[in-house]
Amino acid sequence: MPETVLQAAFPSVPRGGLAAQRVRRAWWMAAPMLLVLAAVGGWPLLRTIWFSLTDSELSRLDDYTFIGLENYVGEYGLLASTDWWHAVGNTLLFTGLSVSLETLLGLGVALLLNQPSRLRTLLRAALLVPWAIPTVVSAKMWSWMLHDQFGIVNQQLLALGLIATPLAWTADPQLALFSIVLVDVWKATPYMALLILAALQMVPVDCYEAAQVDGVPRWQVFRRITLPLILPGILVAVVFRTLDALRVFDLIYVMTSNSRDTQSMSVFVREQLIDFGLVGYGSAAATCLFFMIALLSIVAMGLMRKAFERAAA
Amino acid sequence: MSGGHEAATATTAALRRQAPSRRRFPWGDVGYWAASLLFIFVSVFPLLYALSSSFKQGSALFSPTLWPEAPTFANYSGVFAEQSFAHYLLNSLFVAGSVVTLSLGLSLMAAWAFGRVEFRGRGLLLMLILSASMLPQVAVLSGMFELVRAFGLYDTLAALVIADLLLTLPFTVWVLVTFVRQLPRELEEAAAMDGVGVLTLVFRVYMPLLWPAMVATGLLAFIAAWNEFLFALTFTLSTAARTVPVAIALISTASGFELPWGKIMAASVIVTLPLVALVVLFQRRIVAGLSAGAVKG
Amino acid sequence: MSRIELRGVSKSFASTPVLNGIDLHIEAGEFCVFVGPSGCGKSTLLRLLAGLEDVSAGEIEIDGVLVNDLPPARRNVAMVFQSYALYPHMSVYQNMSFGLQHRKLPAAEIEARIAEAVRILQLDGLLQRRPKELSGGQRQRVAIARAIVRQPKVFLFDEPLSNLDAALRVQTRLEIARLHRALGSASMVYVTHDQVEAMTLADRIVLLQPLAGRADALSVAQAGPPLELYHQPANRFVAGFIGSPAMNFIAATVKSLGDGMVVADVHGMVCEAQLSAQGLTPDEPVTLGIRPEHVLLGQGTQQARVCHVERLGELSHVYLDLPGSRAPLLAKSPRDDIAIDDLLPFELPAQVMHLFRADGVAQARSNAAAAGAADPAAAAST
Repeated sequence: MPETVLQAAFPSVPRGGLAAQRVRRAWWMAAPMLLVLAAVGGWPLLRTIWFSLTDSELSRLDDYTFIGLENYVGEYGLLASTDWWHAVGNTLLFTGLSVSLETLLGLGVALLLNQPSRLRTLLRAALLVPWAIPTVVSAKMWSWMLHDQFGIVNQQLLALGLIATPLAWTADPQLALFSIVLVDVWKATPYMALLILAALQMVPVDCYEAAQVDGVPRWQVFRRITLPLILPGILVAVVFRTLDALRVFDLIYVMTSNSRDTQSMSVFVREQLIDFGLVGYGSAAATCLFFMIALLSIVAMGLMRKAFERAAA
Repeated sequence: MSGGHEAATATTAALRRQAPSRRRFPWGDVGYWAASLLFIFVSVFPLLYALSSSFKQGSALFSPTLWPEAPTFANYSGVFAEQSFAHYLLNSLFVAGSVVTLSLGLSLMAAWAFGRVEFRGRGLLLMLILSASMLPQVAVLSGMFELVRAFGLYDTLAALVIADLLLTLPFTVWVLVTFVRQLPRELEEAAAMDGVGVLTLVFRVYMPLLWPAMVATGLLAFIAAWNEFLFALTFTLSTAARTVPVAIALISTASGFELPWGKIMAASVIVTLPLVALVVLFQRRIVAGLSAGAVKG
Repeated sequence: MSRIELRGVSKSFASTPVLNGIDLHIEAGEFCVFVGPSGCGKSTLLRLLAGLEDVSAGEIEIDGVLVNDLPPARRNVAMVFQSYALYPHMSVYQNMSFGLQHRKLPAAEIEARIAEAVRILQLDGLLQRRPKELSGGQRQRVAIARAIVRQPKVFLFDEPLSNLDAALRVQTRLEIARLHRALGSASMVYVTHDQVEAMTLADRIVLLQPLAGRADALSVAQAGPPLELYHQPANRFVAGFIGSPAMNFIAATVKSLGDGMVVADVHGMVCEAQLSAQGLTPDEPVTLGIRPEHVLLGQGTQQARVCHVERLGELSHVYLDLPGSRAPLLAKSPRDDIAIDDLLPFELPAQVMHLFRADGVAQARSNAAAAGAADPAAAAST
């Protein structure tokens, strides 16, 4: 009798049932990926937040003192810095302008691509060209095209008589941010269009056929049927693009370097961190950007859930 | 030909006269073609202009003609001779290739766990992985800098490979999870009856079956790593570990007065054309991969 | 020692019971068929044996080893899936060798085993093909070959014929029976919803019934040789499931009880059944059962009107109106000259009548030898 009790308590076969063994194996399989992500995402993020509460500098990373929220609310803290608020304003303006333009144009391009036609393959190929070009390269290409003296844009505009004197697209503080928005729109509209196209292609065909049978005009079909059905898809795309635009770096850094007039939050952070070596202060700025994006993601997720529920109902 | 053609036009003309009100002028078609052509022009023109400029030298650069009058390869040879561009290309290729291999391998293993096994915390972990893709690069910059230095990886390509995984892993995991879920359950069970381990199942059964998805996600990861700028700019210093985007951003003349636009355009064309060719070749798969990551996610 | 032994096996998904209280043993070389309507858990039971699911309670032993927590590969079993589950990217040869290579068998041994399987299943010339280049029947044979090369103690078949067309199904059925004889000591466990497959292939049938959420119900309705389930169904569920067309059931009350004879009353019609009277009481409501092929037409003392006829060629299905019963009595007859509205004499022979009490349990045959065989527990232990 004691033998069977012992056997029940300590089975000689692998511990746990088959399902438990499987779950354990799943953890082993997921572990390498999770560890890598924790090492390159989670840990550095926590270190950045910690650094933001210290006075550490690049030249002496391990020799720092804890200074609390001094980097944020201190006399020379982030919240008192006009440069920082300028960067925040630039980033928000850039994000608002580029995402709304990209959404409108992306919707238009998606509608073009959704049209059955011989042009379709060509259109899709053309769509992927700006998307595939490295951001640094597109920044350079456009910088060249927008060059104040030799750029083709000024030359053509002058030839057409639309402007009287060449415009300094990237040097003029009034214009530079809009030039950057222009390039971003050129580069990111394809991504928007692809996501909206995916949503468009999930609209059931019988919806259109029913409207056609009822003789509903095309514009009405778009407004009353297509748009409400693809709205959740557009919303997802807008959220993705917004979160992406808020952390813009490459484009602005390459086109206008560290110029105050166009500096985004990310450019500001890198300037403080690397160029000035102020790890504590730069980390504080990075932490602000992170929490801004995190907050927005959470709000967006809540909104999207509601939108999806309404679309489903 | 001529007689028949005349007769045909005559009939169509007659038909048109018969039903003039039925067939209105196709404004919609014209609009469609005009918008499409405009879109194609705007998308492709900057690349064409860069291509054109890359064959121009000296004062020819400042003439806006699209077809260079005296085409020259001087910019291309200059880029390779003065900038050791071949070395940067190899660096970029090494970084992007390693990132693709690591991302796909790690994600495929994880995709089995997340796509096929029910375990507690699965949903939460997937959400965390998704949110990692929202992380701004600068938010991890100082922490990563410290890490890179601590492991003695500063100014090495290995630092870039590791850092770039943050950009690729979240979406490769998500896309592969959705594809692994679509595979029939019996395949896994047949493998279990055959007594093969999970690793064999994943790499000998799943991987060959998922190769279209692997190509699409691999290409997306490749592009992400190939184009990465901020980490490369921050974690490398010497030309030995420089990648192509940084090299292009840093091209300048010795005098520092006006940028050598011809060379910059030549370098841009070199890094872009292979990418554009790949993307156009695999356009269907890429579109599917992009939408799978976003819509189903 | 039996090849497979199940003791008190139960399985539930979430809190829904699917299988309950299964005690079963399957001998070496036995061909055992799990059959039952959809939702009875027959495939789940097979997956429990394979090790693809955990048991919720109870023990499974294969070849004397408790395998509850052993992964499929260590159970000495091979499985043929309903969808075949061939690896689509591998050739037929690789499909067979894949598992063997991972067991570190010497190459010559792998070669020999595959050659043997190819010979048995006539797969010559197909070895380099991919599954998608094969017909459904060929895929099925490859799936079986993949099981054979592993030389398991137990073969598990999960509805292997359900994806084949009718003609191929009959042919493959014969092949599986032939294979079973050729492989000798290997046991086969076979799941099907088709009672013809069950009756033709099985040494022993295990008929499972859906639990339908009842916690006290047992999954195994009856286990025994096919003809035993046919002639001595243990309860009404078994009687109704086995046999096609299904058994006629007639509501009746017990009139009088004799020695090995029960007399019942069906709305004034007197029926005798040669059954043990044990436990029955006069005036007890019961259900009489008789198979259509046992109803004798054109003779006897009863008379009934024909309400419908189906002529199948080899025989006819004749439906008779019974007094006080809404369901007509179905009889099989070799005659094809019976017409609707004919008045026919018929007889319900006492020695083939079945009788079920209110709880569905069948009354045992009065014949002592038959009574012994009708007890499923006794049959299972032979």
